[in-house]
Amino acid sequence: MQDKRFKVAHKEALIGVGLVVINFAVWFGFAYGLGSGDPLEYRYVFGFPAWFFYSCMAGTVFMIVCIWLAMKLFFQDISLEEEDEQK
Amino acid sequence: MIHWQVIIPLLLFLIVIFGIGIWANKQVRTSNSFMQEYFLGGREMGGFILAMTMMATYGSASSFIGGPGVAYNTGLGWVLLAMAQLPAGYFALMVLGKKFAIVSRRIEAITLIDFLKKRYDSNIIILLSAFSIIVFLFASMTAQWVGGARLIETLTGLNYTSALLIFAASVLVYVIIGGFRAVALTDAVQGTIMIIGTVILLIGTVIAGGGVENIMQNLVAENPNLVSPFGADGNLTPLYVSTFWILIGLGVIGLPQIAVRAMSYKDAKSLHRAILIGTIGIGTIMFGMHLIGVFARSVVPGIVIGDKVMPIVTLEVLPPLLAGIVLAAPMAAIMSTVNALLILVSSTVVKDIYLNFMNPKATEQQIKKKSYWVTSIIGLAVVIFALNPPELLIWLNLFAFGGLESAFLWSVVFGLYWKKANKYGAISSMLVGLTLYIAIDRLAPHIFGMHTVTLPIAVSFFTFIIVSLTTHKVKKLEEFHF
Repeated sequence: MQDKRFKVAHKEALIGVGLVVINFAVWFGFAYGLGSGDPLEYRYVFGFPAWFFYSCMAGTVFMIVCIWLAMKLFFQDISLEEEDEQK
Repeated sequence: MIHWQVIIPLLLFLIVIFGIGIWANKQVRTSNSFMQEYFLGGREMGGFILAMTMMATYGSASSFIGGPGVAYNTGLGWVLLAMAQLPAGYFALMVLGKKFAIVSRRIEAITLIDFLKKRYDSNIIILLSAFSIIVFLFASMTAQWVGGARLIETLTGLNYTSALLIFAASVLVYVIIGGFRAVALTDAVQGTIMIIGTVILLIGTVIAGGGVENIMQNLVAENPNLVSPFGADGNLTPLYVSTFWILIGLGVIGLPQIAVRAMSYKDAKSLHRAILIGTIGIGTIMFGMHLIGVFARSVVPGIVIGDKVMPIVTLEVLPPLLAGIVLAAPMAAIMSTVNALLILVSSTVVKDIYLNFMNPKATEQQIKKKSYWVTSIIGLAVVIFALNPPELLIWLNLFAFGGLESAFLWSVVFGLYWKKANKYGAISSMLVGLTLYIAIDRLAPHIFGMHTVTLPIAVSFFTFIIVSLTTHKVKKLEEFHF
């Protein structure tokens, strides 16, 4: 009877898990991928060490864009209240 | 010396907060369901308010005072670690999400424990949960209270006791009379101040430091490790930093003060907006405040006590009036955490203990009276403890975050999504999680190079599954769609 709402809710929870995995990968990959060398030989982007710029700044903006897209594309506007009109 | 220009914005801020409390009290008095109104604000939060109250409840003294202090001594590696908190903005709301909201409306849950009670049908779970909420959150309230009083003490030059009383009076009045609605609405104001304060201070610090490049050069000249992800001493290993994702990012689902917010919003649209706004807000604050801490090392070198970094930098780089606005931010962060905890502990006592075990047939009038009384008494008790915090409370506060997460995370997540989860699994995972957390912290902190919370969360996960499967007997739960 209320199947559909829970299906939507379950799908959205999984999207949440997916986003965290992406978030972690971006954060970890850039930080330790670019930041593991000698600090004296870092490349700099806009004044920040490249690892920091990509992991903490660009990565955060990227996540916010992903979340915005997820809201627009996947999250559905469903009723949370009990429906009275039981068939 | 008292800086009046700094204090005036703070006073204005307090007046606004008071006004909100009085307005919310009108709603409480005219509402036809007192409990739902007083403890959940009538489930009417819109997107912006939900985002701000999540963010403000989560962001506490440590984000504005403690964190920047550590970043000052550790460097950019600590900002990296702090960014593990970004998921706190979206993950909890997405995972608890609509299912939690639908189910809690259906079973008319007002507290997290209501939800667990209906799902697992066990008095032991109610008592165990109520006990951990009251003990841990009472302790963290006391700690935040002490932090708030110390901050007022530094800013105004009053002595600790008067500072504490001012702080307590300003929080208690609006929470007691206004309930959850006052908490959420003041959180919206406080959250906004937190974001604006962070942005102003970050800009001010960069300008005072002569630009990012200049600041970075200074840091590299002092110690190149300050700009590496491994911290000034090189002891922030990738594994250790990564396990912080569990404590401050993912495990947040298990914090009752966060979970209760996920049942109090109005509709799906509010949830969507809150996820986006909340993530932007948390991202801004965590990134900004911790980066300020690092930059401060170049701008105001030689600060010895970490907790003083933020106030000193603010007074140093900003003109007094702006400094007043920015210093309202940590005040707001502390108040917004304390008020959430106070109303939560009060709801636990009234709804989960009094109504469940002591007087199930209480009338609306009795509940009303009890709620006001309980909130006031808990609030005053915290003040008394904060005057001279006992060793035990300080110790418990250190466990509050991880302890609650170890206790609640899996009971909530499995309870919501796994049909076979049963009370035996929940009880054993709670007990195992809590005991292991305290044991590891006492005996072998940072075991295997991971944060203390990692193993308890992992072990209680498997305990839950194994015990549930071996004792499987769950009746059909229509409400949960099982």
